[in-house]
Amino acid sequence: MSDRVQISEAVASGEGLQGMVADWSSDKDTFKNVPWGKAMMWVFLLSDTFIFGSFLIGYMSVRMSTVVPWPNPSEVFALNIGGTDFPLILIAIMTFILISSSGTMAMAVNYGYQRNRKRTAMLMFITAAFGLSFVGLQAFEWTKLIVEEGVRPWSNPMGAPQFGSIFFMITGFHGLHVSIGVIYLTIIGRKVLRGDYDRRDDYQSVEIAGLYWHFVDLVWVFIFAFFYLW
Amino acid sequence: MEKTVHQTHPISTYLSIWLLLFVLSTFSYLVDFFQIEGNMRWFLILLFMFLKAGLIISVFMHMKWERMAIRGAILLPPLALLVFVALMVIESNYVSDTHASVFVPVTFVVESHN
Repeated sequence: MSDRVQISEAVASGEGLQGMVADWSSDKDTFKNVPWGKAMMWVFLLSDTFIFGSFLIGYMSVRMSTVVPWPNPSEVFALNIGGTDFPLILIAIMTFILISSSGTMAMAVNYGYQRNRKRTAMLMFITAAFGLSFVGLQAFEWTKLIVEEGVRPWSNPMGAPQFGSIFFMITGFHGLHVSIGVIYLTIIGRKVLRGDYDRRDDYQSVEIAGLYWHFVDLVWVFIFAFFYLW
Repeated sequence: MEKTVHQTHPISTYLSIWLLLFVLSTFSYLVDFFQIEGNMRWFLILLFMFLKAGLIISVFMHMKWERMAIRGAILLPPLALLVFVALMVIESNYVSDTHASVFVPVTFVVESHN
């Protein structure tokens, strides 16, 4: 195969560096085969990445420079079930719930491609229900921390006072994303059920909502690792 | 050609990734459960975190099947955060050293603000 053939194949498929350069220099729309709504959701998610990234970097800075020991999240978030203390068990359950919701969302997108109206809508509603239970557990977690443990944004009995401000800011902002996601999925799921996208023969709204939802799960992966496990 | 706007993958693709994410989450929880400490702890936490993030982005968010142009446009800019991390590590160490050399150690007093 000659070099020229290889290059033109890369250009056509958008593969590799050559394909990327070809797409960017094509004097047409850069993101080929990507509907504008999807491209814009990706750009929004990129900006959100920087917001959460900055939050986590702020957390790193205070944790590295505080003179007071950081509270041990493993103990702070332990839950007593039947007389035994399980470290971090509530957070683990929340993690599994969010991952399950990502799985159902991925399947909803897949059934959307297959134009399966009922299954798509059903899986989206299941995803929203998982999201709702996540927010419910988070409300329980916050209540326990505020009422029983006495954690405040400015102080807590376990150690470094920044623990509270970081915790409420990061998990609060993430919980807000989940809550908005639940509303978003419910709205899109209702439209699916109503047949809006069948009339248009276009299910990309489902995929775009899916991107948002997977991103919320993605952010949790980082929060779980850096805030709860570190 | 596999690169079309409407991608269809067998449902098993998603189910296996889902299962994998479950297993990886269990592993990261076990890191805490068994109280693994030191470098091994940081290494395992980061390993499971990056594996999970990679699976979600590449398969669930379909990045694997996108063209290079959008993959680069979305995945490269977050690398700038690494520069930010490096800067703040230097800054935090400086703040920490200043605390240690300038301030007299005090016992931290917990105040009640109810």
